[in-house]
Amino acid sequence: MENKRSAEPAGGMTPLIPANHKTGTGTGNRPSLWRRMTAQKHLQTMALLGVIWMIIFNYIPMYGIIIAFKDYNIVKSIAEAPWVGLTHFREFMEDENLVNVIKNTLGISLFKLVIGFPLPIIFALFLNEIRSVRFKKSIQTISYLPHFLSWVVLGGILATWLSDVGIINNILLALGLIDQPISYLAEPNYFRGIVITSDIWKELGWSAIIYLAAISGVSPEMYEAATIDGAGRFQKMWYVTLPAIKATISILFILAVSGVLNSNFDQILVLRNALNDSASNVIDYYVYYTGILSGRFSYSTAVGLLKSVIALILLLIANSVSKKINDTSLF
Amino acid sequence: MWSLKRKTTGEALFDLANNIIMLCLCFVTLYPIWYVIVNAFNNGSDAMQGGIYWWPRMFSLENFKAVFASPGIMLAMWITVAKTLVGTVTHVFFTAMVAYAFSRRNLIGGKIYILMGTVTLFFGGGLIPTFLLIKDLHLLDNFLVYIIPVLFSFFDLIIFMTFFRDIPEGLEEAARMDGANDWSIFLRVVIPVSMPVIATIALFHGVYQWNDYFAGIIYVNNPDLQPVQTFLYRVVAQSSSNQMITAVQGSNLVKSVTSQSIKLATMIVTTLPIVFVYPFLQRYFVKGMMLGSIKG
Repeated sequence: MENKRSAEPAGGMTPLIPANHKTGTGTGNRPSLWRRMTAQKHLQTMALLGVIWMIIFNYIPMYGIIIAFKDYNIVKSIAEAPWVGLTHFREFMEDENLVNVIKNTLGISLFKLVIGFPLPIIFALFLNEIRSVRFKKSIQTISYLPHFLSWVVLGGILATWLSDVGIINNILLALGLIDQPISYLAEPNYFRGIVITSDIWKELGWSAIIYLAAISGVSPEMYEAATIDGAGRFQKMWYVTLPAIKATISILFILAVSGVLNSNFDQILVLRNALNDSASNVIDYYVYYTGILSGRFSYSTAVGLLKSVIALILLLIANSVSKKINDTSLF
Repeated sequence: MWSLKRKTTGEALFDLANNIIMLCLCFVTLYPIWYVIVNAFNNGSDAMQGGIYWWPRMFSLENFKAVFASPGIMLAMWITVAKTLVGTVTHVFFTAMVAYAFSRRNLIGGKIYILMGTVTLFFGGGLIPTFLLIKDLHLLDNFLVYIIPVLFSFFDLIIFMTFFRDIPEGLEEAARMDGANDWSIFLRVVIPVSMPVIATIALFHGVYQWNDYFAGIIYVNNPDLQPVQTFLYRVVAQSSSNQMITAVQGSNLVKSVTSQSIKLATMIVTTLPIVFVYPFLQRYFVKGMMLGSIKG
């Protein structure tokens, strides 16, 4: 196969390795690595640009994690900072915020897992039973809409709904259920409920896409056969549709379990404030607060690292459990 | 659809209940947005009393006029438009280019490159090390901070790669016979046949660029560089009532509008473009989500 050198594209696409490199024939009858690399120089250039980007923006920050074991100071470089071992981790273990931060994070995540995870599946199952194709398409389009709103805008919508003169207070006052308006966003007790409800409202339809896609692959003959066997609608859902999306559910569940220490930071940052802090201080916010707002770079990195490592372990456990139980796994 | 038999009573009841549930769901999805819209189209000080549910009580366009008359908000909008356009075009092109190279099975080192990328899906440096990198690269308070750190995404690469591997080899072979090199095959053969996946990634990244406010918070101090979502965040989250009014100072519309009513109008103006675009790309992103899920 011949590679034309005449059509060299301009700018930035020149080979990254000096051209005067020795071009020997190498050992054996295979051309040398260098010869084979230059034979695909355009391809290598394209690939290496991506590799360089990953080294800079993914791998250099990974190297930067070592400041978790150092006393990093912004005026010195990372290499110059003195090693302090596990000091910052120990400090986090004794931190008075520790219990609260973990409780808030897990509290929100577990509710999202228990309520937020199954709802899109149920929605997909029932949407699949809608007979009119046009109606089904319209519901789908509408259900995607909230996904495209930003969390800032949704925060504004929630603030409007929950304000003292907002619709929620008005309805509850009119029904006589409360005597005076409640400032929901200023009350720690309501925080978790607001986070979970708004998350479901925003992502229900979007999360269902992947299940609907899997369902669309089920052959209509399966349903016909089930009908002949006398299966009702619920039985068809249970015995035909659900098994068809079991693998998808397993994979997404593995990911959801490994993500229990993650909060949707965009969401938390919008909905939190000083008044609901006792309920809204989650690990991700604590990392942001100690690091960016208080400038404790090493400490914040240590907390973040601890979180990533636990998340990775959770992923491996969830993956191997799923492999054993139902033969589906991520890797 | 699959049943040609007459519906039984149970079936009919099921269909009725299901349709009603779905209609309720549509209402629950749309009404919160409608509530904001009617309040935004109402006289600001009148809306403060609440009770506007279905239709504006004192219809007014003043809130929207105030938004468009505010140099601060308009500048932030332009920053958003610029970062979305530049960011989406460069992200899609760069990620697709790397994905094409990675998708070729004869790429020397391909396995190592893909392994390097896979690691990044499960582990990363985190907030502070990334912040320090951005600082060292002199990207703080720089427009490019919206573009370069998100130029590439390995997750998007997987979606591209899955698609590229399904392109019939005959297409590329024919171009190669004509003397085309890998670069021109990528530009002239691969890109033109990959429009569905390009549209999907462009939509995903475009929405990210349009909606992201966090980069504007941690990497940018200069108010002239903040995108509109960051601007909104500052007024929504800090809910300091004077900021919006300060932002529209210089216009003489201030009397009938309140900080709250301008906030609502700004929210609507910033959301409209996306709401108009996504239905047209629906068939693409549904397919794109499937491609992303096959791998794994």
